[in-house]
Amino acid sequence: MTEFSFWDILRNLLLAARWTVVLSLVSFTGGGIVGAALLFLRIGGRRGMQFLSRGYIQLFQGTPLLMQLFLAFFGLGLFGIDVPAWLAACVALILWTAAFLAEIWRGCVESIAKGQWEASASLGMGYLQQMRYVILPQALKVAVPPTVGFSVQVVKGTALTSIIGFVELSKAGSIVTNATFQPFTVYGLVALIYFALCWPLSKSSQLLERKLNVAHRNH
Amino acid sequence: MSLIAITEVKKRFGDNEVLKGISIDIAPGEVVAIIGKSGSGKSTLLRCINGLETIDEGSIVVAGAQFLPDEVHLKALRLKVGMIFQQFNLFPHLTAGGNVMLSQMVVKKTPKKDAEAVARKMLDRVGLAHKFDALPDELSGGQQQRVAIARALAMQPIALLCDEITSALDPELVAEVLAVVKELAAEGMTLVMVTHEMRFARDVCSRVVFMHQGRVHEIGAPEEVFSNPRTPELRQFLGVQ
Amino acid sequence: MTYQFDFGWLIDSLPVLLKGIRITVQLILIGAVFGVALGIACAWVRALGPKWLKPVVATYVELIRNTPFLIQLFFIFFGLPSLGIRMSELTAANLAMIVNLGAYSCEIIRAGIQATPRGQFEAGASLAMTPFQTFWHVVLVPALQRIWPALSSQIVIVMLGSAVVSQIAAEDLTFAANFIQSRNFRAFETYFVSTLIYLALAILLRQLLAGLGWMLFPRKASR
Repeated sequence: MTEFSFWDILRNLLLAARWTVVLSLVSFTGGGIVGAALLFLRIGGRRGMQFLSRGYIQLFQGTPLLMQLFLAFFGLGLFGIDVPAWLAACVALILWTAAFLAEIWRGCVESIAKGQWEASASLGMGYLQQMRYVILPQALKVAVPPTVGFSVQVVKGTALTSIIGFVELSKAGSIVTNATFQPFTVYGLVALIYFALCWPLSKSSQLLERKLNVAHRNH
Repeated sequence: MSLIAITEVKKRFGDNEVLKGISIDIAPGEVVAIIGKSGSGKSTLLRCINGLETIDEGSIVVAGAQFLPDEVHLKALRLKVGMIFQQFNLFPHLTAGGNVMLSQMVVKKTPKKDAEAVARKMLDRVGLAHKFDALPDELSGGQQQRVAIARALAMQPIALLCDEITSALDPELVAEVLAVVKELAAEGMTLVMVTHEMRFARDVCSRVVFMHQGRVHEIGAPEEVFSNPRTPELRQFLGVQ
Repeated sequence: MTYQFDFGWLIDSLPVLLKGIRITVQLILIGAVFGVALGIACAWVRALGPKWLKPVVATYVELIRNTPFLIQLFFIFFGLPSLGIRMSELTAANLAMIVNLGAYSCEIIRAGIQATPRGQFEAGASLAMTPFQTFWHVVLVPALQRIWPALSSQIVIVMLGSAVVSQIAAEDLTFAANFIQSRNFRAFETYFVSTLIYLALAILLRQLLAGLGWMLFPRKASR
């Protein structure tokens, strides 16, 4: 059996952390696109569509991400494809992220004062014009801090993909622990690497929020 | 012929009937003040004329265009009547000039250059030509309200609805806004304004409507309404015994 | 798709499922009570506590909020025994949930306290209350009422997150599902059913917390 030095452990974990980063980026981008579509159905679509997207959001927010991963993993398998873990991980995380982002963004759109809708309506703008030129530009600004804040949840969420066998930081932690029998050091390091990924995001979300609040106080 | 014909308009919010059959005809060039206690339905009436609220019964016709609650009719109506709000409702992400240009460009499809020329002219008209590039944040309340007036004027409406446009202003800023309105009145713009400025209503308006509990309680020339209130409700409202 | 769905296994597996549900419910009840209590204590430290303790609590909160629950769980269950601290799967699961919810609820409650008008503290002081008395009697209840919806959501999130305690072999609902699907080879159906159970638990928990809110805060606080 080979001896692992502290640096061997760290190097292995950092290499695996690349996949945590990639998976986070894919989930966040994909989730953002699907989430935007959901948002428009939720606030602008026909009755039936609103109902559907609301149901979607409540379903994904009301069930464990782990179950969603299992269902993606075994559900895609029903179509007779041999599903690689990374594919199931991406699908589940994108769908999960989309539900949360759509809900966060809806809150931002609804936070825009009613007077903005009325003023733009009184100038003769239609719904899409109001959205495009008046509401969304303002909502986007409000949306930045909570969206950045949620990216932390996405990074942490990727840890669960280790359970369906995707080798990222958490899985690497388990593998290295089994090889070194140093769970305290290994999981401590894993936690610190996650912290190094997440903390800057959390902090910048807080700072952005504070900046936004200061700007708003001048109104 | 009347420019705005309001006939037997009724409006309910749930069980609460806010407008109980309102009929007013407003001729071109008239300046009408609507006064009354809060909750008398005066703001709701104004919002109905602009289609911000739907009506349950009756009809509102502006320059021959019937108010129907679909997007085509609403747009036609709103191109004819502009509205100024108590809270200004400027678009905070756009400059003063941008506020005045936006609806010209997206609703009327006016080319940017022309929209800008109109915006400069309108801002000049309200005395704010030099604030073209200022953001709403950087303007005083009075200035914001004047930009809002310019924004409505840029759509070339045939009538303007003013919903308590000086109520959110500090006292020293009221005069500059009223001066602009007074000028518009002198130029022949049709104005319907909900207001608490009794002096202004007396000096500038051609007719005063006193609303009480969802009905037109008294209506007439200002000297008549203010000097010779006929009903106890109006006397109480005006504070004369 | 030629796959035939089969839910026939459900009846035989019912006792296993029920046991899993019981443990998940037990985990979240204990986790919620002690987690929120820990959160209140930490929020007190950050608002009025001794100076030396503030950075400790701040570090704890930041560490927990910026690392995955799964890793916290592994650290407690696999890592701590290196220091001679050993515990059962269930105890580790409970501890991880309490520590996790403690950090989040500290932040949430702190936001509620920060929204308290300055005058409330001053009024308490002017009535000769100690800072702690003012905190406990004047500030805390309106603050909790203000953030009750956010706190409720967080408790539901922790309940859903508890699915991963199956990974240290704590016998919760997910553990039961894993066990059942390894016997019936009906993975999709098994996880589908357990997902629905989680959904029902989430809805139930939300109702329960809303009801608790009604009981704890019968009057509308002035904001």
